[in-house]
Amino acid sequence: MSTLVVEQLFNGIQLGILLFLLAAGLTLIFGIMDLMNLAHGSLYMLGAYVSSTVALASGSFMLGVVVALPAILLLGVLLESAVLRRLYRSGHLDQVLATFGMILFFNEFVRVVWGPAGIEVPLPPFLTGTVYPGGVALPVYRLVVMAVGLAVAGFLYVLVAKTRIGMLIRAGASNREMTAALGVDIGRVFTLVFGLGAALAGLAGAMAGPIFAVSIGMGENVLIQTFVVIVIGGIGSIRGAFVGALLIGVIDIMGRSFLKDIFGLFLPFDAAETAAPAVASMLIYILMATVLFFRPQGLFPARTG
Amino acid sequence: MKSGKALIFAASALALLAAPPAFAAKASKIKIGFITTFSGPPGVIGEDMRNSVNVALDALGHKMGGIPVEVIFEDDQAKPEVGKQKAEKLLGKDKVDFLSGIIFSNVLLAVRKTAVDSGKFLIISNAGASQIAGKQCDKNIFSTSWQNDQIPMAMGEELNSKGVKSLYVVAPNYAAGKDMITGLKKTFKGKIVGQDMTKWPTQMDFSAELAKARAAKPQGVFIFYPGSATVAFIRQYEQAGMQKIPLYSVFSVDALSLPKLQEAKINAVLGTYDTGFWAVNLDTPGTKKFVAAYKAKYHKYPSYYGAQSYDSMLLIASAVEAVGGDLSKMDAMRSAMEKANFESVRGKFTYNNNHVPIQNIYLNQVVADKDGVWTTSMVRTIYKDHQDPFHSQCPMKKTW
Repeated sequence: MSTLVVEQLFNGIQLGILLFLLAAGLTLIFGIMDLMNLAHGSLYMLGAYVSSTVALASGSFMLGVVVALPAILLLGVLLESAVLRRLYRSGHLDQVLATFGMILFFNEFVRVVWGPAGIEVPLPPFLTGTVYPGGVALPVYRLVVMAVGLAVAGFLYVLVAKTRIGMLIRAGASNREMTAALGVDIGRVFTLVFGLGAALAGLAGAMAGPIFAVSIGMGENVLIQTFVVIVIGGIGSIRGAFVGALLIGVIDIMGRSFLKDIFGLFLPFDAAETAAPAVASMLIYILMATVLFFRPQGLFPARTG
Repeated sequence: MKSGKALIFAASALALLAAPPAFAAKASKIKIGFITTFSGPPGVIGEDMRNSVNVALDALGHKMGGIPVEVIFEDDQAKPEVGKQKAEKLLGKDKVDFLSGIIFSNVLLAVRKTAVDSGKFLIISNAGASQIAGKQCDKNIFSTSWQNDQIPMAMGEELNSKGVKSLYVVAPNYAAGKDMITGLKKTFKGKIVGQDMTKWPTQMDFSAELAKARAAKPQGVFIFYPGSATVAFIRQYEQAGMQKIPLYSVFSVDALSLPKLQEAKINAVLGTYDTGFWAVNLDTPGTKKFVAAYKAKYHKYPSYYGAQSYDSMLLIASAVEAVGGDLSKMDAMRSAMEKANFESVRGKFTYNNNHVPIQNIYLNQVVADKDGVWTTSMVRTIYKDHQDPFHSQCPMKKTW
């Protein structure tokens, strides 16, 4: 039993880190640019498709990931300058509408280019196995995803807290007008932030591809969870996104694992069997509602001016 | 404004009611409305069904009883309300003579009333909802597929004969997922040591379920995951190092998921078993013709969804031919279809009182064919002339 708990804890953290890759980009974009981007999931999907295509053509999974990053970054920059830039002054509702339109566009686009069937890429053999430290089964690839996610978290921390670009990003987030008044080209900062967020989504897609099926609409599946992460963590806060993602990952996995046993303690077997899956899939929303009630600004709100 | 809208609705309702009454003698064109799913992940299924309908039309020379045939395809987006709208559009605007297709049970249940009220035939090419086989059966509804329970019931029998005593069950938490588990439990005599129902269709991470399954140390794992979830599940099964535990599946490992699994080199799926009414190597003239024609046209294996759609077209053709193209003879067409007098992919079969086939259910295994392409191959017959468990609830009497 205890190995199972450890294993599930690992699964939760691992799922959380994957969510963090998505949430970090989204929270940056929303927190700093005040832009509601529903198409974030589409960038995740395109990251998966681009990396899979390159990996299949070249035979190298690594190359696929390496190519997907700049490709989706470029796509992000293009989207921002061609479409989204026009939406900064409109309300969130217009942004939701426009970016929802993008979801439809990209889903159809993928169908036209890649067909409806999705693509799958083999992992290199050294990433496929399972290791058993102390009898706990850990898939190697999931460990790699964890390592990549932690590296990204570290990179973002250094970027935002220690560099000049990070300073501009923070300044832009705190007070956009003042930053612009001080002579910073806020438009360029925004383009950069959006590109960075897109690249993170692309990376998440490329990493998630070999675990989840690379298929049309894969982005919408995770987008909702990503929003929950951001609301819990505090909009615009990378630290919040990190903690929120881990919380969501662990709570989701633990609910799916043990809720039935817990319900079984005080409910008849059949009732527990029916209720547990339903409640397990609601747990993260219950957590979100609780956080919203006690701390509407989220656990780690970004400092605003 | 409100009354204006109501008027439009009333007018369109009237227009629907006033659809031309049975017109006399030979029709100049036969129209079939085929509802399936083209959008989202199940779009792959819809594409395979459309391909198979085209293969059937080629085989028929695009004519039924000497009359040209037109098939109008509609996308239900896997949503019941959209499916119903599409059925109304096909019947009202396109004035189709037959409705066919339908992948999902929930879509079928939504379309049923529209179809029955229209007085036209509905030939189901996939959905196996227990209601339609039971109390809600109808004289004008035929199935060229199965009733959901038939397939997992056969798997239960197979597990018994393999001596599997403990089984872990994972399926999505929606109507068909529940049907599959219920069907399995009807026949499986061993112990189900654990059961997980995952959120459908959004959950693609199965790490928690797989860890639990491993900890339960079962002799086998049973799954039902249609569409792209199959690939995700089996990939994670292998990544979690679970391939030592035999995997048994229904409606999951098919001609749509196997190419993807092969692309991803997921060897864990090779040698696994599933049950079904059909496999590409089934030794019947109908299957041989269908598979050869499909492979020649599309250069890949058809799925069972395709085989069922092919049968739907042939069934309709058999009815049209029996009345010499006079589509007003509904009763004669119905008795023709009840005889199942066409070259079905499943070979000769008969219809039950509820218009669901009485058919064999086979054990299939995933193998690489002589060209190295992964496919399912028939191993043995589990059920001979199997009747679905709901036919006795259908008030119709068998008169053929």
